[in-house]
Amino acid sequence: MELEYQFLLPLIIISVSSVAAVAFDAIWKNKNLNFSFSIFALLATLIAAAYTLTASNEAIDAIKAMALSDLISKHQIHFGGYSAYFDILFCLAGLLTIVAAKPFIKREYEEYNEFYSLILFSICGMMLISHSSSLLVLFIGIELMSIPFYVLAGFFRKSIFSVEASLKYFFLGAFATGFLLYGMAMLYGATGTLDIKEIGIIISQGEAIPIYLTLGIGLMLVGLSFKAAAFPFHQWAPDVYSGSPTVVSAFFATAGKAAAIVGFVIIAKEIIQFDVKSFQIADTARTAQLIIAFISAATMLIGNLTALVQKNVKRMLAYSSVAHAGYLLMGIVASNELGYTGIIFYISAYMFMQMGAFVIVSVFERNGNEKMSFDDYSGLYKSHPILSALMSIFMLSLAGIPPFAGFFGKYYLFLAAIKADFLWLTIVAVISSIISMYYYIGLILQMYFKEQTHGRLKSKVGMAKYTLLITAAAVIIFGIFPSLIVDLTYNFF
Amino acid sequence: MLTNFGIILLFFIIGFIFVGISIAAASLIRPHKPNPIKNATYECGEVALGSPWIRFNTRFYVIALVFLIFDVEIVLLFPWAVVFKGLGWYAFAAMLVFFFILTLGLVYDWGKGYLDWEKPNPIVPVLSDLIDGKK
Repeated sequence: MELEYQFLLPLIIISVSSVAAVAFDAIWKNKNLNFSFSIFALLATLIAAAYTLTASNEAIDAIKAMALSDLISKHQIHFGGYSAYFDILFCLAGLLTIVAAKPFIKREYEEYNEFYSLILFSICGMMLISHSSSLLVLFIGIELMSIPFYVLAGFFRKSIFSVEASLKYFFLGAFATGFLLYGMAMLYGATGTLDIKEIGIIISQGEAIPIYLTLGIGLMLVGLSFKAAAFPFHQWAPDVYSGSPTVVSAFFATAGKAAAIVGFVIIAKEIIQFDVKSFQIADTARTAQLIIAFISAATMLIGNLTALVQKNVKRMLAYSSVAHAGYLLMGIVASNELGYTGIIFYISAYMFMQMGAFVIVSVFERNGNEKMSFDDYSGLYKSHPILSALMSIFMLSLAGIPPFAGFFGKYYLFLAAIKADFLWLTIVAVISSIISMYYYIGLILQMYFKEQTHGRLKSKVGMAKYTLLITAAAVIIFGIFPSLIVDLTYNFF
Repeated sequence: MLTNFGIILLFFIIGFIFVGISIAAASLIRPHKPNPIKNATYECGEVALGSPWIRFNTRFYVIALVFLIFDVEIVLLFPWAVVFKGLGWYAFAAMLVFFFILTLGLVYDWGKGYLDWEKPNPIVPVLSDLIDGKK
């Protein structure tokens, strides 16, 4: 019992503190209090999660062996391993967002304490997703993540772009949730259980009702591809990411996407068993694998091709985040050890590089939607040498150039896809990655080799410098020592 | 042998058939003599005065939102109350936590002043100011 509470500690801390943040806001209304409290809460969660990450496998096995009546989590929560790792990642993303957001929101709009409690709530949802071993917990996690997201997208409530983003996200997101929930209901109908592992066992024994199973997997694919912004359900992402406040888009595009991909992996690994060959279900699994491969290929191509023609840096980053979802799905298609490790590594790297790029846009941004076109960035290195150097690091990493983290992420994923006999998918990925080079390097060219045409950009960095330094350091360190993450996360899923 | 859902389906089908037959029979038998009074909207026996499409004060929307929360709470409370005896203190504690979080929502509204009925604050012109030419 006590052992279980030790493992539940990160979830308990984050959920209690997100509720407490609302209470503090109502009682004291102090802006700095809520800011420092949320940082404190995220740090505490991070430490607790790090503690569970270091816990021995015996402790986790001991919990797994316990009887249902002895446990408060009733075997519906997965402990240790990837769950703990992703807890740390989500908390880090939250910390980096909050630190970068405080000066940005103060400057561009009005600071409301609700921002911090909403971030805490959505991180609580993401952690539930990564901890879920039951469809219900997964669903609650996805909703707990999405509903604060709808509000955060419309946080600048007097800006029409922000309100449009929020409304679009809300309607489409609610619709996708419907698909997801219906898919879960179908899976329950097909197998008679909500436990993801048990569903997997029943499917592999060929005891599931095929028609419900096919429908369930199909509907869940729709819902999850929407949440991960994968083709053909990616259309909301550019509008929402470019309409929302920039730091919020940074949070959506990193932590939100990571959480959606984790949910995708959990479902894909147990329920869409690609390696099943000898049963009647094998056909469904092969088809699902092919469908995910097509989704992945189309997402990469569409994301990168559309990003190519963007004139606005924020919108370009939004489309590039769509393309990165495509790369991440390659790992799911490959569904081997290397693929899952590649996903974990790529998410870790992607989180920092995309966050850094968005935060740099937020530093230059003025009046909600100005000063973020490619033309505004021309000749930037003369006035802001450090910021343009950092931006170049993020761009090179996003493009996948060797010394930086993005390269190794792509390397592992491509290798995994080749090992899984998906050579055509790897070729598509390489081609789309070459296409993406054009606009990532294009921005660097714009900053370094073009004359200033639109006057100097003014930057207000403030506390965002901590976010930028940490993200840049992480991108470089992960790039030079990829084994740090790979050794830690091998065999996690 | 029908399952419980099958019985409900049967109930629905019979219900539709019954209502359909009675409406169809009525439309065949009844005389057709419309007049303005007969076609008027029925409102508790009163003659309708004015349009029902009046504007509601937008300040009601906060009250409506708060009401919605507690409305949903009631819906969740009924099944809990039905099975309460079997579930015991665990269910009681779980529901208390749920209440606490919901009440916190009300505290939040209260603390932020969303429950205060903001009276309109019209600027009444003062005669002497008008004479002096001030605004």
